[in-house]
Amino acid sequence: MRNTQSIAIDVKHLTRRFAEFVAVNDVSFEVRTGEIFGFLGSNGAGKSTTIRMLCGLLRPSSGTAVVGGIDVAADPEGVKRRIGYMSQRFSLYELLTVDQNIRFFGGVYGLSTEQLETRRAFVIDMAGLRGREHSLARDLAGGWRQRLALGCAILHEPAILFLDEPTGGVDPLSRRQFWRLIDALASSGVTILVTTHYLDEAERCHRVTLIHAGRLAAIGTIPEVKRVFAERPIVEVRTARAIETMQALDAMPVVEKTSLFGTAVHAVLKTSGVQAASIADLLKARGIPFEGIERVEPSLEDVFLDVVERAEAQRSVAS
Amino acid sequence: MNKALAVYRKELRQIARDRRTLLILIFVPAFFLLLYGYALNFDIRHVRLAVQDRDGSPESRSVVSAFINSGYFDFAAAVYDAREAERTLDINDARAVLVIPEGFGRDVRNGRVAPVQVIISGDNANTATAVLGYAGSILRTVNEELTPGGADFVPPLSVEPRIWYNPELRSTLFLVPGLIAYIAMITAVASTALSIVREKEIGTIEQIRMAPLDTFSFVVGKTIPYFIIALASAALIIAASMLLFGLPMRGNWISLLIALSLFLIGALATGLLISTIADTQQLAFQMALLISLLPTIMLSGFIFPINSMPRALQIITHLVPARYFLIALRGIVLKGTALRPLLPQLAALTVYAAAMLGLASLRLARERV
Repeated sequence: MRNTQSIAIDVKHLTRRFAEFVAVNDVSFEVRTGEIFGFLGSNGAGKSTTIRMLCGLLRPSSGTAVVGGIDVAADPEGVKRRIGYMSQRFSLYELLTVDQNIRFFGGVYGLSTEQLETRRAFVIDMAGLRGREHSLARDLAGGWRQRLALGCAILHEPAILFLDEPTGGVDPLSRRQFWRLIDALASSGVTILVTTHYLDEAERCHRVTLIHAGRLAAIGTIPEVKRVFAERPIVEVRTARAIETMQALDAMPVVEKTSLFGTAVHAVLKTSGVQAASIADLLKARGIPFEGIERVEPSLEDVFLDVVERAEAQRSVAS
Repeated sequence: MNKALAVYRKELRQIARDRRTLLILIFVPAFFLLLYGYALNFDIRHVRLAVQDRDGSPESRSVVSAFINSGYFDFAAAVYDAREAERTLDINDARAVLVIPEGFGRDVRNGRVAPVQVIISGDNANTATAVLGYAGSILRTVNEELTPGGADFVPPLSVEPRIWYNPELRSTLFLVPGLIAYIAMITAVASTALSIVREKEIGTIEQIRMAPLDTFSFVVGKTIPYFIIALASAALIIAASMLLFGLPMRGNWISLLIALSLFLIGALATGLLISTIADTQQLAFQMALLISLLPTIMLSGFIFPINSMPRALQIITHLVPARYFLIALRGIVLKGTALRPLLPQLAALTVYAAAMLGLASLRLARERV
């Protein structure tokens, strides 16, 4: 990694209003060069609006964003030249071949003929598309399309890459391959800002931020953001009767809150002193059947839910 | 410029692969032309004529045969009284009745005034006016033949009308240039509008907005392929008009190309402007139809003469590009008008095209930041 400490994206008090609605509210964060930075949040939380501002597509209402050393509000076109962007919809031209798609984007980014030849070969190899140069984009399977879209987004060797939910609708194997490419890009010094719904993917980011209702709710490395549970152990109860179990757990004074995780229930305890065994006894005393109970490390999903709930609570106090 | 080239190449390749769209853009206009060209015809021929000949003299028969042989009238029925004549008009067996009174032949032979009555069904004012005109001219000819002294008689005053450019007054010659304008307008407006809105629907436009692609390159690269197609399609319908409807070409092909190009650029730019407003292909298509179809049919002088419109509408027609193109097109093909007298029209088309391109570019640029 080069220049580990230099800042690739510097966002200060970024705000965007649409009439009365504040889509992004006083957001500040920094992304370091060569970092994979995860941008998490539910739909409508303000992720896309933030990315659009960082890419020079949307003017901030107030605050500043400096991307690759350029103020996006002052020189949006300059920003566009330095960044790559790939969206959830893999915007390829279906009726063009792999080769023609690459040539089109190369042309749009103003690559010279020689540059284009080198980059074309690189992208084809990277995406594993050798031999398929003349297939139509619409005939490619999801994973290949996605890798081709990534290739088209980095043809001009951008220092900063924005990925807006890049793995939507792609099979797990292709997602894994895709993330391997992202890791390789990051180790070659490309800064990557990625938004995702998949929290297992977020675990692969160097640092993440959680945005909720237009505000940053948490930021840090994965262990850092999980520290919100440092004093509050999480107990996972595997049971076939989840609803009853949740009701019983919620009634216990030591339990702060419960949430459903697939077929299991997570209970957040109020203090670190409580043991899983004592919860098990309490459940048994109430006659609730369960298959297993144990203390678990907080997942990013636990963090996400917790952060959102606390942000909501703060908002209702404020209003 | 290289970026414009990249957009242009991409667009051409997409169109080439999308055969269906290409065929629609080129051949549907020709189909429209055939449909409208044959259906839209204001010429009135074969008017059904009932005859009430109460005289039965050689002179009265020569009047009747003059009507029938003119080609404008078909003999529908012989009627024998006024009631029957009225009934044939009522049930639409005849559109007109020729009544020759008793003593017509005698009066003619004696050089007296011999009136003939033509009753015309006025339910269709257009037809009625035409029939009146035909009847008048037939009777004038008959009049000269039957006048004592025959064809040698020269009346002191006589009008000899000459109609230039379209001596047979075929309405097709007047309508086909309008059709060309109308079809070319719709095709051109819809093609650019749909091509950009399709990119919005698929999501590729997002990728283009994120790229450092200037509006100028985008507009130029996007418009030129459709300009070529629109020109090809217009050439096809003009050629078809000449072959099938006898449209002449009395003027200069270069002049025609200039007028047509200016008109098409304006129409393509209108399509661009629509694409910045509409978000779905369906909406874009409806807007394209509304903006190009109604004004081009109603307010361009295609069918309805602008001079007879109310003042307010006349003012609005100045915003309709087809109005200027039609004057230029009719002038060039029908009259062989040179470019110079058409300069005001060409200037108006240029202003329209520039305004539309400017507006569309402005809106496209605003979408980007």
